[in-house]
Amino acid sequence: MVGGTHVIQVRNLTKYYGSHVGIEDISFEAKKGEILGFLGPNGAGKTTAMRILTCYLPPTSGEARVAGFDVLSQSLEVRKHIGYLPENVPLYHDLTVRGYLEFVARLKRMPRSNQTARIRQVMEECGVYDVRDRTIGKLSKGYRQRVGLSQALLNDPDVLILDEPTIGLDPRQIIEIRNLIRSLSGERTIVLSTHILPEASLLCQRVIIINNGKLVTADTPENLKNRLQRSMVIDITVRGDLETVREVLGSLADVKSVTLLESSAANTHTMRVESHDNRDIRETLSRAVADRGIGLLGLSSIDLSLEEIFVRLVTREELE
Amino acid sequence: MSRTIAICRRELAYFYNSIVAYVVMMVFVFLAGYFFYNLLAFFNLASIQAMQKPLAAGQLSLTESVLQPLFANLSVVLLLIVPMLTMRLLSEERKLGTAELLFTYPISDWDAILGKYLATVTVLATTLALTLVLPLLLRNFAVPEWGPIVTGYAGLLLLGMAYISVGLFFSSLSENQIVAGVLTFGFSLLVLIIGWLIPFVSAGTARVLSEISMLEHFDSFSRGIVDTNDIVYYVNFSVFFLFLCSRVLESNRWRS
Repeated sequence: MVGGTHVIQVRNLTKYYGSHVGIEDISFEAKKGEILGFLGPNGAGKTTAMRILTCYLPPTSGEARVAGFDVLSQSLEVRKHIGYLPENVPLYHDLTVRGYLEFVARLKRMPRSNQTARIRQVMEECGVYDVRDRTIGKLSKGYRQRVGLSQALLNDPDVLILDEPTIGLDPRQIIEIRNLIRSLSGERTIVLSTHILPEASLLCQRVIIINNGKLVTADTPENLKNRLQRSMVIDITVRGDLETVREVLGSLADVKSVTLLESSAANTHTMRVESHDNRDIRETLSRAVADRGIGLLGLSSIDLSLEEIFVRLVTREELE
Repeated sequence: MSRTIAICRRELAYFYNSIVAYVVMMVFVFLAGYFFYNLLAFFNLASIQAMQKPLAAGQLSLTESVLQPLFANLSVVLLLIVPMLTMRLLSEERKLGTAELLFTYPISDWDAILGKYLATVTVLATTLALTLVLPLLLRNFAVPEWGPIVTGYAGLLLLGMAYISVGLFFSSLSENQIVAGVLTFGFSLLVLIIGWLIPFVSAGTARVLSEISMLEHFDSFSRGIVDTNDIVYYVNFSVFFLFLCSRVLESNRWRS
């Protein structure tokens, strides 16, 4: 296996659909036991990347190795080592849960002897044991998602690839599926795509941001926050004349922008102040305000949510 | 092999857990019975007339007057029914997205193609077997020739298998079931009766057309003749279209 502990290795992966770009020049790795998130707006190329990793689509150029095998030349070996859940959870609606899993078990070349036991184990793990004799078409979306996860898990894959695993679920089901996914990691490498950012920061150890088919950045959710917090954001609450406050804050060299968040009757104002180049201007702010006799009631720095970072990242090129 | 069987069983489950297989069997058996009744009634009438004119009696043959026309009629009914069995086989997998899971399992395209082919052939064989009751009825009041009956059924089965291979091929081409079904029907009908052109073309072309024509190869079966040439024709026909189907699956992957 090239690269030792890397279960997934992708180098300069490119896929064109005719002249349309699916993904372009994407490279990344995933370690054993890691939960890796593909993050990006709809149509960014997340599904394309996953379809290449699962050998459903061949890449136009570049190389992808999964569990040590090449997706093009050793497709069969790759497919033996993965479990895949496509975005729309395509299941055969006319089969019962158990009938469907028995079918999948045979296609996944599982030994006859432990098939029944393994199917039962997976059904219990994914919480579909109680509905095992129901027809899949009659199950709720949440249960279908679980059946989809069950089929992916049947062969105890080294790599689990989940395309938008929580899309279309209600909030309670989303939490359940997230917990389930977290419980499935461990020895296993999980790649999941999402366009919901808190989900990525909740589940993933590393996040890859894809936009317009290109890799924007790859890092841990925390590092992304730290590294990309280019301007510091501070909420300041003061008591005093609004115009004076604006004038004072606006005159400071390091301040990029000032926005009024809310004003209350008692001449109290909360404003959001953004600084240039990630400079900590809390001290400067408090001093400036105090010098002009304005009452300082509160001062706090605001963490940029992943959502905001994301929007900044994918729109950065347009801004600059 | 076990994966081919798994896919075959899944398709059979679809046919027999839904109403599809039963409707197909019912319609086919009903029509076969209708043709059989009419042909037999006509034969009966001719027999009564023959009793008054003993000279003409020598011309009467149960095989030629009842069984051969029955097989000819059934070959056309198959032409109408098989496309409806085959049209969803691969189109639906693509339309519903289940192809994405199916082809990311460690199976080969051939597992899918053969599994689906065998399942449809099983439905066809079961349907044909149900109509065996008709020739068996003949035993009550005549002495039927069993040879032509057996070969006639073999011919129908081989013909149906050829239609199925065409159907599977067209089903791989389009994710629209109706398109797949209509193309299957149109193409199969054309190949069945391409021999109609024979009187109007040169000798060389005529030879080629008669070799291609499904009907030409079917006729000998219904007359009770087993010609290896005909068997080879039908087997090659099926293999050729299943092969084309595997090429389409492969190229779909590269083009999409």
